[in-house]
Amino acid sequence: MTAALNPVLAQIGYSEPIWIMIIKAIVIFAIGLNLIPVVLMAERKIMGRMQGRYGPNRVGPYGAIQPIADIFKLLNKEQFRPTTSIGLLYAVAPALSMITAIATLAIIPFGPVVDIWGTPVGLYGIDVSIGILYAFSFGAVAFYGLMLGGWASGSKYSFLGSMRAAAQLISYEVAQGMAIVGVIMTAGTLSLVSIVEHQAGMWYIVPQIVGFIVFMVASFAETNRAPFDLTEADAELVGGYNTEYGGGRFASYYFAEYLNVIIVSALATTLFLGGWNLPFGIDPPQWVDPFVVLAKMFIFIFFFIWIRATLPRLRYDQLMSLGWKILLPIATLNTLVTAIVVVS
Amino acid sequence: MASSPADDVVEVQRGPRPGPASGAYRAFGETLRGLKTTFARIVEGPVTIQYPEEKVPVYPRFRGRHKLHRFEDTGLEKCVGCSLCAAACPADCIRVVAAENTPEHRVSAGERYAAVYEINMSRCIFCGYCEVACPFDAITMGHDYELSDYNRGDLIFTKEMLLAESLERTPLRSEGE
Repeated sequence: MTAALNPVLAQIGYSEPIWIMIIKAIVIFAIGLNLIPVVLMAERKIMGRMQGRYGPNRVGPYGAIQPIADIFKLLNKEQFRPTTSIGLLYAVAPALSMITAIATLAIIPFGPVVDIWGTPVGLYGIDVSIGILYAFSFGAVAFYGLMLGGWASGSKYSFLGSMRAAAQLISYEVAQGMAIVGVIMTAGTLSLVSIVEHQAGMWYIVPQIVGFIVFMVASFAETNRAPFDLTEADAELVGGYNTEYGGGRFASYYFAEYLNVIIVSALATTLFLGGWNLPFGIDPPQWVDPFVVLAKMFIFIFFFIWIRATLPRLRYDQLMSLGWKILLPIATLNTLVTAIVVVS
Repeated sequence: MASSPADDVVEVQRGPRPGPASGAYRAFGETLRGLKTTFARIVEGPVTIQYPEEKVPVYPRFRGRHKLHRFEDTGLEKCVGCSLCAAACPADCIRVVAAENTPEHRVSAGERYAAVYEINMSRCIFCGYCEVACPFDAITMGHDYELSDYNRGDLIFTKEMLLAESLERTPLRSEGE
C-alpha cells in the first residue's frame, strides 16, 4: 500500500510503514551498542589467553561485567579540554566517529524479509539499492571524526596521529573498494540483501578469494587495528588522535573503534561468507538467520583479535607500500579477471 | 705504518635476497606460523597464579618471618639473651635486653634470658645472619612472607609475637618438587 503511494521510495526498498522503521532502528541501535562490550570483553579475554594470562576476571563472574565498570569509570571522569583546543570541533569529533559507525549498522542484513505476526519485516535496517556505497560513504565521513579530533585537540601528537590516520584510511579505502567490485559484478547488484541472496548456491569467498584477502587486509587498516594501528602507536605517538581526550569522549572513540570492527566483520560476512546462508543445503527456520549472521561475525571478530595478538606493528613506509604497491594492483587485477569472466 | 680504514672492511656474506614471489610466500608463511603460536597458547591455558587465592609453595629453606623457639619438653625459651643476633644483624633491626634468671622466675634454660626481644620488620632484610649467629638455634627464619601492615609501629615484632605459633599461611614445597 505504502509502496503504491510512493513509487520512488519503493524503488529504493523503502516500503515499510514508518513505525516498523522506528522499532527496527531502536533494535539495531540496542544490539549494536550491546555488541561493543561483548567484543571488548572477548578481546581482553582472548588476548589474555593468547599471552598466557587470564584477562580481567575480578569484576563479576569471570570478569563478565568489567566493561560496565570501565564505562562507569570513564563517564565519571571530569570533562576537560586543553586550552589550545578548538571548542566545538573538539566536542563534536568523537560524536561524529560514533554516529557514522552506528549509521553503517543500518544496512547490515541479518535475515530476509520475514513474517512477524502477519507483518512482513526485513531483518535489516534498510535495504538501500546502493547498499555498499552507503557503507563506504559513511566510512569516508568517519575519517573526519579522527581528523577533526586530532586537529582540534591542538596537540602535536594528536595531530600526527590524525595525519597518519588520514593517509592510511585514504590509501586503504581504495584497495578495499576495489576488492569488493568483484563481488558486486558477480552479484550484479549493490544491495546487500540481494548480494546475500545471490550467495545461496556458493559463498563468494570461493570465487572471490583474492578479493576476500585484500578486503580483510584493507579492513584491518580501515579499523586502525593491529598490525596497522599506526594512528595510535603508543610507543611513538603517546596515544594518537585521541591523546587529549578523556572520560566520555574518549569512551566514544573507543566505542567507535570497536563498532567499526563489528561493522567490518558484518560486511565481510555479508559480502563473502553468504550472510545468513548455511552450506551443504542446511535450511533452518527463519528465526535462526540472525544468529547465523552473528556467529559468522564473531568468527571474523575472533580473527581480528587473533591477528592483533600475533603481528607486530608495521613501519609507516611498509604500510604505504603494502597498500599502494601490493593490495591495489592485486585488487585491480581481481576486478579485471572477474569482469572478463562475468562478461564472457 | 699507518693503516687505512679500508683494511678493516670485512665482506659480509649474505644470502640471495628473496624475489617478490618468494618474499610474499615467506611473509605469508611466517604470518601463519605466528598465528599458530598464539593459538597454541590458548590451548595451553594461562600460567598465571592467582595470588591471594593461589600461592606458590615456598622452599623449606625460604627465609620469611623469624620465629623464636622453646624447648619442647620443659617449655623454657631457648634464647639466653646473648645479643649475638643483634650483633650479626647488618640492618641493625634486632633489639635484645637481657635479664637474669632467678630460681623463682625461670624463663630460659641458660643463666640469662631476653627480657625484651624485638625485631623491626620494616628494616629487616631477611638475610638470615641472626639464624646463623645464634648458638642455641633459638631464632630461625620461618616461611611467612605476608607481612604488610598499615603503620610502621605494627611492624615491630615483640618476643610474644615471635614466640607464638605462627600462622602457616604459605604452602611448603614438598621434597623434590
